[in-house]
Amino acid sequence: MSPVIPIRAETTTGCTDVTPLVQRGQREVFCGLTGIIWLHRKIQDAFFLVVGSRTCAHLIQSAAGVMIFAEPRFGTAIIDERDLAGLADVHEELDRVVHQLLNRRPDIRMLFLVGSCPSEVIKLDLSRAAQRLNQIHHPAVRVLNYSGSGIETTFTQGEDACLAALVPGLPSMNPQVPSQTKPQLMVVGTLADVVEDQLRHLLEQMNITVNFFPPRNSQKMPAVGANTRFLLAQPFLADTARALQDRGAQHLPATFPLGIEGTTSWLQAAAQEFGVSPLLFEKVTAAPKQRAEKALAVHRQMLDGKRIFFFPDSQLEIPLARFLNREMNMDLVEVGTPYLHRQHMAAELALLPTGTRISEGQDVDLQLDRCVEDKPDMVVCGLGLANPLEAQGMTTKWAIELVFTPIQGYEQAADLAGLFSRPLRRREKLAA
Amino acid sequence: MQLTLWTYEGPPHVGAMRIATAMRDVHYVLHAPQGDTYADLLFTMIERLPRRPPVTYTTFQARDLGGDTAELFKDAARQAIERFKPAAMLVGSSCTAELIQDDPGGLAHALKLDIPVIPLELPSYQRKENWGASETFYQLCRHLVLKPEEKTAKSRPSCNILGPSALGFRHRDDVKEITQLLNKLGVDINVVAPLEATVADIRKLADADFNVVLYPEIGMSTALWLLRQFDQPHTKTVPLGSNATQDFIREVCALAGIEVPAIEEMTARARWYAQSVDSTYLTGKRVYLFGDATHVVSAARIASEEMGFEVVGLGTYSREFAREVRDCAKKYGVEALITDDYLEVEAQITELHPELILGTQMERHIAKRHGIPCAVISAPVHVQDFPARYAPQMGLEGANVLFDTWVHPLMMGLEEHLLGMFKQDFEFHEGASPSHLGSARPAEIIVEQAVTQKEASNQATWSVEAEKELGKIPFFVRGKARRNTEKYALDQGVATITVDTLYDAKAHYSR
Ligand code: SF4
Ligand code: SF4
Repeated sequence: MSPVIPIRAETTTGCTDVTPLVQRGQREVFCGLTGIIWLHRKIQDAFFLVVGSRTCAHLIQSAAGVMIFAEPRFGTAIIDERDLAGLADVHEELDRVVHQLLNRRPDIRMLFLVGSCPSEVIKLDLSRAAQRLNQIHHPAVRVLNYSGSGIETTFTQGEDACLAALVPGLPSMNPQVPSQTKPQLMVVGTLADVVEDQLRHLLEQMNITVNFFPPRNSQKMPAVGANTRFLLAQPFLADTARALQDRGAQHLPATFPLGIEGTTSWLQAAAQEFGVSPLLFEKVTAAPKQRAEKALAVHRQMLDGKRIFFFPDSQLEIPLARFLNREMNMDLVEVGTPYLHRQHMAAELALLPTGTRISEGQDVDLQLDRCVEDKPDMVVCGLGLANPLEAQGMTTKWAIELVFTPIQGYEQAADLAGLFSRPLRRREKLAA
Repeated sequence: MQLTLWTYEGPPHVGAMRIATAMRDVHYVLHAPQGDTYADLLFTMIERLPRRPPVTYTTFQARDLGGDTAELFKDAARQAIERFKPAAMLVGSSCTAELIQDDPGGLAHALKLDIPVIPLELPSYQRKENWGASETFYQLCRHLVLKPEEKTAKSRPSCNILGPSALGFRHRDDVKEITQLLNKLGVDINVVAPLEATVADIRKLADADFNVVLYPEIGMSTALWLLRQFDQPHTKTVPLGSNATQDFIREVCALAGIEVPAIEEMTARARWYAQSVDSTYLTGKRVYLFGDATHVVSAARIASEEMGFEVVGLGTYSREFAREVRDCAKKYGVEALITDDYLEVEAQITELHPELILGTQMERHIAKRHGIPCAVISAPVHVQDFPARYAPQMGLEGANVLFDTWVHPLMMGLEEHLLGMFKQDFEFHEGASPSHLGSARPAEIIVEQAVTQKEASNQATWSVEAEKELGKIPFFVRGKARRNTEKYALDQGVATITVDTLYDAKAHYSR
């Protein structure tokens, strides 16, 4: 065991066999359309066109509209009565809207047609539309489709659906190219550019070359094939992982790179696969680990022994709970997740204290009752609940920020802890 | 199908939410897919409410669609009543639920609840947020308002204030300002609705002598119904701006049967501010207005009568009030743009190249793209337009707030003069933002060049000297100068624009 990681009393199985609490009722979560808000920043030459209702358009702009855009890279094709009444051929209409859009934005190289609840319910075949539009606009623009509807996807699952849609189009590895005859590493899931650069640097110091997916530019898609080994950087990528496996890639099971422990074991999964010597691994990771440990200590003072309650939001809850419990000494009251993917979560679950209350899905009123009853020191929840809970005297951390902030890797460990200690510090300050 | 980058209004069920959330003991059960709870954030974040909106969503998922979504709705309704114990309940569908046709009204009726249940029919693919709010308020009143008992003689006349709601642009402070004004005139307030009203308040709406309609988009259909049912007259002037506020006072006094007070004394400080010599440079500034009908019509009057601007274009997304806006536009010799298409608004602004845009949050995007100063006069707005400070738009204090807000984004007079005289200063150059705003102005010059190149084909070409000369014109009027010159060249059949053409055009248009 590394001396710098304060690991609590070891349990043998942790929560591996946990039966989550499942209650079905009102779910206070975002739909997958919200993924557009960070995906459009990551893939800079892509445009996201939602095919949906005014509600869908309103959702995206309410979330992103505080930024003032000279040229937004997302929009909505709003279905109207004429489309529903069959007076207008919906496919012709869509073609027209896409033409209008591409004329306005000739710099767009990739266009996503994003399905919504209304488009799913009226069974509008967007994959057919994407194929057709692809033929028209290729090679200037590639047209793809995925669904971000609320009936099918919850928040971050929108990214999963988007990346899974990209996988079939990834170039194949070419066995003729010498560099592609050996196993290659791919890191999957949107990461902040700064995090990407750090992780790449660490891996390269171990002589592992790595590709990131999604890339920053739609023209630079990584190749995939039987020699691909992939690490998931995000926990919500079930369909993407499956699609990659269908193309022969192998998943390296690991924890997620949150906190020192999570990052170390995540890197270790790659190191083992690529035959990196323990000595080299230690040499590369020692300094950043130490740095991170030092930085974390400040926040631990604030978080130690505090009781935390997670409402479901992004599927990041379990890895976050693991980090806060094992590295920050927080007590877990309830860990809610919108969806529990046991296989991808296996390494994480094993590290949670046995008996942790894990819930999957939600009945928000009942969950609020539990939360009020439990009186946790901190509640992680969405913005629909945060201010109302604060007004009741609870300290909250709004969950969405965890998706918008660089939190992975060693250098961000303290920033991650800081996201949780800040609301507590603020409450102290304002009370003083 | 319509390509939409930004939408001016949300779907109609958000309007219904605005009514439910404004009130104190009404609950709304909304048949909607998982994900539509995003709308809660509008209230908890943008308006910063410290409580959850009184809305229960069924949040059905794909797997529910095969099963019994109607049962899901009934369960949600039953549980909501039990938990929240409202005095009345609204039931309805979101856009997706409208497609699966479960009929929330009928289902709720079948539950035989012992509180009033008001079914909402809000066609999501046809109507929008304000219509949804107006319809919900109207239905609520139609179901609840009681015939007044014999009126006991009161010492003071009384009125209702209709229209203020949750998520309304400055509704909170407008109500305060107008309430104070009415009280000062000697008029009592019977009920303010829907903001902060209870079901019991709604029941006694008809007790008032007349209605004050602050926001016709939300309150007018109810006011008209109250007029028909109970003979309750209502105000037609919205007290936005110094002059309109004075008209409003006269109108209220007539309805209340009281004497008009010494109105000359009831003026806003803004009036003197606009008269003071510091404001002379505001004369004839070319302004473009867009927003909801009420705020645009009122702002146009203020801009023209009280600020001395020139209204070069105006429009609204409130189709329900298109006629009023068209009539207003005629007064300024322009044609009203009635559209909810952001791209059309942008096209018109590009064409007109105003020096100031008064609009919504959406016009701020356009203003940024074109480097034009902009102030917000109407919803939709974001979190910064739900300020902590007292910031009404209506009444006399409202007029003061408007003066400050509109003048703020403009370049201050001295800076404007100096920029016209000396172009090449490294700090105060024309690409930089007005220095009192501190931060950088986006690259409007780049936009402008891009536009010229695109249009160059069917235009006269600019000689190098003329282009240079054009560069000496202050940038906020340069776009206009460029367009005028090109139009002039076209009209006169000039192929190459020279410095002379530029000044010929200037002389031509300054007549
Ligand atoms: S996709 Fe569904 S849940 Fe999301 S905004 Fe559109 S209708 Fe609502
Ligand atoms: S968090 Fe606040 S500022 Fe950001 S989008 Fe939500 S309401 Fe607007």
